[in-house]
Amino acid sequence: MSEALILTPQQIKRKKAAGEPIEPGEDELIRQHTITVLVENSIGSLIRVINMFAARGFNIESITVGPTDDLTVSRMHIVTTGNQRIIAQILRQLSRLVDTIEVEDLTGINFVERELCLVKVQYTPQSRAEIMDVNTVFRGKVVDITPNAFTFELTGPTPKIDAFINMMRPHQIMEVARSGRVAMQRNHFPD
Amino acid sequence: MRYDTHTKVHPVGPAGDALPTPSTEIVATRQRVSGAEVFLRSLQAEGVTVVFGHPGGAVIKVYDEMARIDPDFLHVLVRHEQGGTHAAEGYAKATGKVGTVLVTSGPGATNTVTGIADAYMDSVPIVVFTGQVPTGLIGNDAFQECDAVGVTRSITKHSYLVRDVNDLARTVKEAYHIARTGRPGPVLVDLPKDVLLDTAPFRYPESVSIRGYSVPRMGRPDKVARAARMIAESKRPVFYVGGGAINSGASEKLREIAQRARIPVTTTLHGLGAFPEDDPLSLRMLGMHGTWWANQAIQHCDTIIAVGARFDDRVTGKLDSWAPHASVIHIEIDQSCISKNVFADCAILGDAKAVLEQLDPLIQRKDTDAWLAEIDAWRQECPLIYDVDEKLRAQYVIECLRNKTGGDAVVLTDVGQHQMWTAQYFRFLHPRTHITSGGLGTMGFGMPASMGAAFGLREAGSDRPVVCISGDGGFVMNAQELSVAAAHKLPIKIAVINNRFLGMVRQWQELFHAERYSHTDLSDTNPDFVRLAEACNCVGLRATNNEEAVNIIDEAWKVDDRPVVMDFQVAKEEMVFPMVPAGAATGDMITKRIVPNSFV
Repeated sequence: MSEALILTPQQIKRKKAAGEPIEPGEDELIRQHTITVLVENSIGSLIRVINMFAARGFNIESITVGPTDDLTVSRMHIVTTGNQRIIAQILRQLSRLVDTIEVEDLTGINFVERELCLVKVQYTPQSRAEIMDVNTVFRGKVVDITPNAFTFELTGPTPKIDAFINMMRPHQIMEVARSGRVAMQRNHFPD
Repeated sequence: MRYDTHTKVHPVGPAGDALPTPSTEIVATRQRVSGAEVFLRSLQAEGVTVVFGHPGGAVIKVYDEMARIDPDFLHVLVRHEQGGTHAAEGYAKATGKVGTVLVTSGPGATNTVTGIADAYMDSVPIVVFTGQVPTGLIGNDAFQECDAVGVTRSITKHSYLVRDVNDLARTVKEAYHIARTGRPGPVLVDLPKDVLLDTAPFRYPESVSIRGYSVPRMGRPDKVARAARMIAESKRPVFYVGGGAINSGASEKLREIAQRARIPVTTTLHGLGAFPEDDPLSLRMLGMHGTWWANQAIQHCDTIIAVGARFDDRVTGKLDSWAPHASVIHIEIDQSCISKNVFADCAILGDAKAVLEQLDPLIQRKDTDAWLAEIDAWRQECPLIYDVDEKLRAQYVIECLRNKTGGDAVVLTDVGQHQMWTAQYFRFLHPRTHITSGGLGTMGFGMPASMGAAFGLREAGSDRPVVCISGDGGFVMNAQELSVAAAHKLPIKIAVINNRFLGMVRQWQELFHAERYSHTDLSDTNPDFVRLAEACNCVGLRATNNEEAVNIIDEAWKVDDRPVVMDFQVAKEEMVFPMVPAGAATGDMITKRIVPNSFV
């Protein structure tokens, strides 16, 4: 109504900070982030973290959890998406939970990320060689074999896993199990 | 809030002193005692002086030990667990201490849910102890079983299920610590029956150590310096003050800074009382039903200094067009509130009072005369007014209550039109004198909360009157607590602003839904409030015109040994103005009735 369509400098600043589009039709800056969270090792704290995502409408693309060298502490890896404002909110809401000990956004810093995947594929005498070739290229391991199916184990970054599954798709994939991603910041070289 | 690790350590009493006098505060026993006793002794060691509760099977041992250990233990037997949680909130808000609730498992626990959600939204420190079926039966759909921790997970600051009696005392200590410190909030502790029956030596821990929980206090000095520079450079600054300022006791420091630098102050609903509303610098409340001039000041200011406020949608309206020229300084104890809704150009994480104390020496006198004159013009342009005629109006009743008390009263409201009129017309002067359900907007909050506040004031030896302003809709929702307040001889003044309608919904129906008053007429279902009061051993009074209103208020103030319910039968067509329609821009405030009123 009375609101001018032209944004004030302050409004533009706010939108930029949030990663929201400034001009109508402009794309929103949504990125995928890998967040690692150290939490108290209890079922309650795991649920609390997941519940926070659900209750506040945040995305979870992948989530993994496991104990660390300190058995009272678990490490969670959460892959989520959102604009800058949403990611900042996720980090703050996570830190605010009583059970979270440390929250870190790995995206933007140098980190290693890996996923493990098990794929069961049917083979025929005709397709067997081709399937094994693909597996060799991806440096997968055969962990089980029957007269009509292989089970492969593959680790690597998520795009590699995706590519492997895509290559297997023309053959008969019977089952896929993916672990979700784990990640760790790379250590700095000492000066 | 303070990082409170202070606990008194008393010498261990000789074994066998199972029946101490009520004043004895025991922090450890050598012999094994029941979990229920551990629990009660923990409350005593924590300094809990009143518990709002309701017994049941799962907590029967606690009630048994209560009668055995300390028959004078102040347990207020509420008539519905929801009333108990609101009473604990009223107590906490009025005193600044932590409110305590004790209920049984299953329905006892679920009945507290609304109060817990209310406390979560409004940052009220309460600890709710719920009974639970024995640990061996958890998950078996046992009688009166409910996963209380699960149900309340997203509405508590933290929660515990105690599985071992040896963890009980520590858990109680942690629960109070978490509820009280940082941004306060509700904590739930679930107590399985077998844990309460099991035995252990009692030892109340001296301090709390929770590695994932830290409480911000001082602001980062560089940020504080930056905020001071922004304030110095601003031409049109505004303080925007929320309930956090009251929680941290920052009112006095705020007043000093605002008055020295001549910066106008607007408050949120929960911020009312943080800054005296009779001060010329006060812009009163902002937001949906705030004043025209406060909202205009926000829309035209160049710097907002937000203190303990969270930029709620009832404050900002349409976010994109709110305060379009303002740089934002945000002093906030809860990191998740920073840049959640409005980007903070300078965010200072810390306790409001501590940060204002840091800021204080850096703030110089400012010349804001031109800015204040501009605001004054808005003040003249659209003052808060209502029709004065032969009809009794809610606003008039509220002004009468204000005149009677001179503003020196603790006022609690329910939710709806009367709540907004109280915020607009009462002119609050002191912190902790305005208590309401803001975030959750819980009808039925006012009456039980006023009971809790009255217990708090009685305990503190304060003679400030407790005034509950309610509507006819919300009052009925927890009216069962009237007889409890009467039994404890609490002289609460309850004003029922009775328009025989769910007034706020009716207002929206009139303004936005073509005057279809769908299911908001209460005239057929309202009780006779005078007779209801009398049936609950309270005094009931009724006023239908201005003169009677003044008279019954005088009469009510003569009663000092029980609650008084004043039924003010007011005009039903009255609406709350000014108003920013939900989702509209703050600049598009409706200042008066725009739709012809079919009732007049």
